[in-house]
Amino acid sequence: MDSVLSEDPVALKILVAGGFGVGKTTLVGSISEIKPLRTEEVLSDRGIGVDDLDGVETKSTTTVAMDFGRITIRDGLVVYLFGTPGQERFWFMWDELSHGALGAVVIADTRRLTDCFPSVDYFEQRGTPFVVAVNCFDGAAQHSVDDVRIALDLEDDVPVMLCDVRRRNSAKEVMITLVEHSLRTLASAN
Amino acid sequence: MSDSPQWFDEEAGPIVRPYALIRGRTHSSGDTFDLVATVRVIGEPTDEPGPEQQLILRAARNPISVADLAVEIDLPVGVVRVMLGDLRDNGLISVTSPSAGGARSNERILKEVINGLRAL
Repeated sequence: MDSVLSEDPVALKILVAGGFGVGKTTLVGSISEIKPLRTEEVLSDRGIGVDDLDGVETKSTTTVAMDFGRITIRDGLVVYLFGTPGQERFWFMWDELSHGALGAVVIADTRRLTDCFPSVDYFEQRGTPFVVAVNCFDGAAQHSVDDVRIALDLEDDVPVMLCDVRRRNSAKEVMITLVEHSLRTLASAN
Repeated sequence: MSDSPQWFDEEAGPIVRPYALIRGRTHSSGDTFDLVATVRVIGEPTDEPGPEQQLILRAARNPISVADLAVEIDLPVGVVRVMLGDLRDNGLISVTSPSAGGARSNERILKEVINGLRAL
């Protein structure tokens, strides 16, 4: 049984966030083998936070599917990607996911830039390193990276980049940029 | 598994709602298991475990993450956590949390990840 007691695998979490339909699933699928992870949660229509656990009978369970991908770097070193629903009512999932996360990718669509405000706010407040990846949809009005930075009121050190989440190389670049950013954040903290 | 083992019989079929598998509970000692915590089997069951528990024990023969396990046995994470809590309380599995911030704050590992991503 000695082999069972071998060193624990290292597991790193990266979150992929952004508004509805912005390309989270596509990004995770471009770079990893994607699987739907079911998280059946007790929800009420009136939202989380106003209910306590009494009166559970008034609630229903909702199955929330999360995009879940894994990238095996080597035996014993795995990066897990979690694409999370962007709406605020799913923040209970984010709290768990961002605990110990390496960082986050916030996907932005310049046609609906406000959709990613909650994600940006969230990671800023949590101190989670993040990058903003502007997904260039066909026919989407192109805005410069600087415009997006200003519109989102981002700190200078937060990387903003254009990407096409359908392309594996582009998705790769986004992930590499994030991990490099996490590394810099780490170095400056030490 | 006190008074309703019949729920686990085959004739119950797929109509069993996931939370029925854990007798309606939504909480157990497994609540806080991280999605990327490592599950591994450490003991042999003395009683016959339920089919889902057997699936977990089979899937975790090699170390596996909580999230991978949930995908593997196709049950919601909340249900899997409750089952894992029970199995751990019975000494059948161990669940190791990723060291908080440990790997994240390890420069060598992050550089390895960057190089690994480049090589994809």
